[in-house]
Amino acid sequence: MTGKTKTNPVKRRDFVRKSLHVIVGLTVGGLAGILSRKSSAEETVWQLDPNICIQCEKCAVNCVLPHSAVKCVHSYSMCGYCDLCSGYLQPGAKSRDTGAESQLCPSGAIKRTYIEDPYFEYTIDEKLCVGCGKCVKGCNSFGNGSLYLQARHDRCLNCNQCSIARRCPSRAWKRVPASQPYILRGDESGKFREG
Amino acid sequence: MKLKRLKIFVVALVLLCPVFVFSQVQERFPKPDFESGYVRPDLLTPAPRAAVWEYMDIFVLVAALSLATYFAHNQRSRRNIFLLMVFALAYFGFYRKGCVCSVGAVQNVSYAFFNPAYIIPLSVVLFFILPLVFALFFGRTFCAAVCPLGAIQDAVVLNPINVPEWLAALLGVFPYVYLGLAVLFAATGAGFIICQYDPFIGFFRFGADFNMVIFGFSMLLLGTVVARPYCRYLCPYGVLLNWMSRLSRRHVRITPDECNNCRLCEESCPFGAIKKADDETQPMKREGDVKQVAALLVLLPVVVIGFGWIGSRLDVSLSRLHPTVSLAEEVLLENAGKRTEMTDATKAFRATGKPSEELFAEASVIQSQFRRGGWILGGFIGLILCLKLIGLFIRRRQLEYDVDKGTCLSCGRCFAYCPYEQVRLGLMTPEELKELDRRDVRIKQFRA
Repeated sequence: MTGKTKTNPVKRRDFVRKSLHVIVGLTVGGLAGILSRKSSAEETVWQLDPNICIQCEKCAVNCVLPHSAVKCVHSYSMCGYCDLCSGYLQPGAKSRDTGAESQLCPSGAIKRTYIEDPYFEYTIDEKLCVGCGKCVKGCNSFGNGSLYLQARHDRCLNCNQCSIARRCPSRAWKRVPASQPYILRGDESGKFREG
Repeated sequence: MKLKRLKIFVVALVLLCPVFVFSQVQERFPKPDFESGYVRPDLLTPAPRAAVWEYMDIFVLVAALSLATYFAHNQRSRRNIFLLMVFALAYFGFYRKGCVCSVGAVQNVSYAFFNPAYIIPLSVVLFFILPLVFALFFGRTFCAAVCPLGAIQDAVVLNPINVPEWLAALLGVFPYVYLGLAVLFAATGAGFIICQYDPFIGFFRFGADFNMVIFGFSMLLLGTVVARPYCRYLCPYGVLLNWMSRLSRRHVRITPDECNNCRLCEESCPFGAIKKADDETQPMKREGDVKQVAALLVLLPVVVIGFGWIGSRLDVSLSRLHPTVSLAEEVLLENAGKRTEMTDATKAFRATGKPSEELFAEASVIQSQFRRGGWILGGFIGLILCLKLIGLFIRRRQLEYDVDKGTCLSCGRCFAYCPYEQVRLGLMTPEELKELDRRDVRIKQFRA
């Protein structure tokens, strides 16, 4: 046998190649097996935890989309419907009205509607919201914290490495299962919670 | 008196509370009871892409890989490979915006291996495994027509030049370094650098960092003269595909029949992946080469350990790219009073109330991971360097023109250059080929 392989080196090379092929094939198969045990059919999506978020305003500019996928959301169930809304009005605003100089939002994305005395409803116009979180900071510091930031999954591209998450100073971003794509507050908080 | 003091204390505690529970939800204002019949609107939560589309991606991948293999092996049609490539560019590139991609999946796999908490989606596993399996049997047909990063570069190949062999060998080391770094960074959780420095994803999304736009455009500009520069000299996934393809059972060949060494295909490959036939009249000298190979084999362990040591010494500088380590360094500077102004990151960290020591312990664990990883990364690069050098000295007699299985992308450009292919397609009769053969022999004799 050895004599034969020595006289025909091409065959020996073929033998080595074929055995390597089998070895590598088994390695790739094994790798696939291990990975399939660590995997689930469900995709993951990116979301930020509003309880860790510090409203640094980086979400507004670091998304790969020209208009960030992060928007302010409003838990109506938590809102105090205040006239003097610290998420809507500039600190030290001269009057409590809808004038641009009174508003905290740089893009005028929060709509203020009179409901009944003394309550006002605040709604977010997502087309205008830039996701800076200025209102969130205002609401968190002096209000109920009903305004908070979330990645909106009708916009999010779900990049493999979220470009906002990479630069988030509070590391509030995480991969969450696609069936629980939001981390909500208030009455809605149970909506996507496991179990 | 005592009671009063206690009262003041309790009031102070209550007042100070908001300062401690930073950004915590609290009901400062009671929920109003509306009398006008107002109903609170619902909070809208638009769902992410449905799971069906994930299966669609997998289906398209399998279909594209199978078609690419069929076009390259059975049809031998460059035109069909090109059309499939355009489709892949449209689907995986512009429609799916470059995510999910097999190149980036390397990092997810590495991350999943070292972080038990991360559950890797099945689609990502398949995007990583399937092209490798196809390469193991049929060569790099994935590169030819399925990869959107390859496709965008292939579309701009205008006037490719030959990269000198020594330069190609030198540049060929970069993908290994890139692969090693990407795996190290993903495994330690420092981030996904392949995604971060993807030059073409900005084109797919019509927007990116200014620097990445510059990088992307210069890559495409370079790609007009150096065909597919990213694939050949950077792509980390290409390293794995190269290994698989070398061992492939069936691989495309230049000629559908036999090679008559007519040399017509010699300049057809823009990627320099054609092995030229040796001049049979020249005897091969081996003694010198054998000595050099022997010397390199002796040096191999020294180089591997040396590079490993260098890699392990880079632990501090490399680990700084990990967010936990960089945060720990900032906190350390602040604690020592060397920095007065707090950054957003340290503010956020202090707000959590976690003790600094805990953070430092975490950071030192990550640093030691980088030390161990640095040994492996350095050793790996040393090994590759040695093997590449040895490869330069090992010469095998090449009897005919054939593709270099490792670097050939199965793009099918060379097929049409082969006169036997012309016969196969019926564009030339076998008699004409024989005539050509005779003329060719005469030319060869004339040259000699």
